[in-house]
Amino acid sequence: MTHAIAISHLSKTYGSGFQALKDVSLDIRHGEIFALLGPNGAGKTTLINVVCGIVIPSAGTVTVGGHDIVKDYRAARSLIGLVPQELTTDAFETPPATMRLSRGLFGKPANPAVIEKVLKELSLWDKRDSRIMTLSGGMKRRVLIAKALAHEPQILFLDEPSAGVDVALRKDMWQLVRALRASGVTIILTTHYIEEAEDMADRVGVINKGELIVVEEKAELMRKLGRKQLILELRERLDAMPAALAGHGLSLAADGMQLVYTYDTKGETTGITTLLDQVRNAGVRFKDLQTRQSSLEDIFVGLVRQR
Amino acid sequence: MRLEMNLYGARAIYMYEMARTGRTLLQSIVSPVISTSLYFVVFGAAIGSRISYIEGVPYGAFIVPGLIMLMLLTQSVMNASFGIYFPRFVGTIYEILSAPVSAFEIVLGYVGAAATKSIVLGLIILATSELFVPVRIAHPAWMLTFLVLTALSFSLLGFILGLWADGFEKLQIVPLLIITPLTFLGGTFYSTSVLPQPWRTVTLFNPLVYLISGFRWSFFNIADVHVGISLAMTLLFLATCLAIVWWFFKTGYRLKN
Repeated sequence: MTHAIAISHLSKTYGSGFQALKDVSLDIRHGEIFALLGPNGAGKTTLINVVCGIVIPSAGTVTVGGHDIVKDYRAARSLIGLVPQELTTDAFETPPATMRLSRGLFGKPANPAVIEKVLKELSLWDKRDSRIMTLSGGMKRRVLIAKALAHEPQILFLDEPSAGVDVALRKDMWQLVRALRASGVTIILTTHYIEEAEDMADRVGVINKGELIVVEEKAELMRKLGRKQLILELRERLDAMPAALAGHGLSLAADGMQLVYTYDTKGETTGITTLLDQVRNAGVRFKDLQTRQSSLEDIFVGLVRQR
Repeated sequence: MRLEMNLYGARAIYMYEMARTGRTLLQSIVSPVISTSLYFVVFGAAIGSRISYIEGVPYGAFIVPGLIMLMLLTQSVMNASFGIYFPRFVGTIYEILSAPVSAFEIVLGYVGAAATKSIVLGLIILATSELFVPVRIAHPAWMLTFLVLTALSFSLLGFILGLWADGFEKLQIVPLLIITPLTFLGGTFYSTSVLPQPWRTVTLFNPLVYLISGFRWSFFNIADVHVGISLAMTLLFLATCLAIVWWFFKTGYRLKN
């Protein structure tokens, strides 16, 4: 079975010399919701723009639905709907007018029924006679989504869909995304909010400095994100791990002045009580203790270091 | 490679651009008509009362082809350049770039719409002229040919300008500082044959001389240069603009990184 999108050894270096993507390979499965996570400037938008044909790749190949995005760009692009990050709308047009342009551009004959359906799904039907410039920011975001859906795409890109969007719209939007997925649409979204990925995605990819550092099932990544560390500041230096404490996944840090215990907050038991009892029994005394949750950033940094 | 066309795409751009004209009817149609009328009042009535005939044609009628050309050229360039520059400026160009449309279809939509507007405008100005002076057209088919070719060429030129410009100033500069002076110097209001040497030879380097001369020939059967040369120069200009647009899209110039 071909993938919805197959990205192979993709690199992009801009004219300024900035390398936005470094040898990225990634397959997107049919019908999944894939979340692309990464800090600002990581290359998320560049990756989307290459797939959509807005940025010319420096090296590598991309196929969409089995069609090469360069050689067979018509077939490839027809499958895609793109909701860009920036709120760029045709200020003077009405929502249906700008949707008709979108639908035509993607090679579909006019179909007022589809336009009406999408407008209603996005609660834009009441605004059908309003110029887009008179709409609020959230409504403009909906118009962009409506434009992307106007040609009934099989693959939908949502680039930072929740930027500047209130809670109500976010809820509506995710409901729509789930409904689209249920109808067989493949969805790729970028975000830097981990909670969004947690709510929505089937799989998650993490990109940093142009490198795709991990692609995993969401559950697996959440397990990593759910890790916490307990750090015991010791009174006296330990030269080696006491035999009584071996086998607990403990490690020595800070020249033997710290004992570090890593545990899973999502596990049934954390094992902290037992551990502390054993530490006392072993005669190790500590003056302070702290816990630390590994943040998304820690994971980025950790993953980058591993390479 | 399969031979296929996304005519829905080209049509969508075309309709969208034509709708924009409907919205901006005042600046697209009404203001050129008013300024043409003013030219008639100033040149036709004030100057025409002192110059009665040029090469056997009443002066009022003589300036009609030149005036139509003046409006045709400036409006083609301005309409087409704005049509493509504005989406670049506000960012909505992303959709055109990500759509399954070829460069040819994009040009067909934008340039086709700009040229259509100019042709309609040219005909409106011709009708307006009829209110001031009686105009006879010796070769109506050639008149339309020159009208269409010129509208297409200068809409293409405008499209190139709209792709090249990186600010609104540059969009204004070309029509104001290049097209308008060249039209005035190209025999809009006079026959270049009345110019003394060396100026008469210098005007031959002004491409607009050929357009205006050919267009005037189709009205009155009189020309500064042979009509064959006019037609050849118009086609050459059209071909040059097409080549530049083709190169822009091939290299992604100012459109894609």
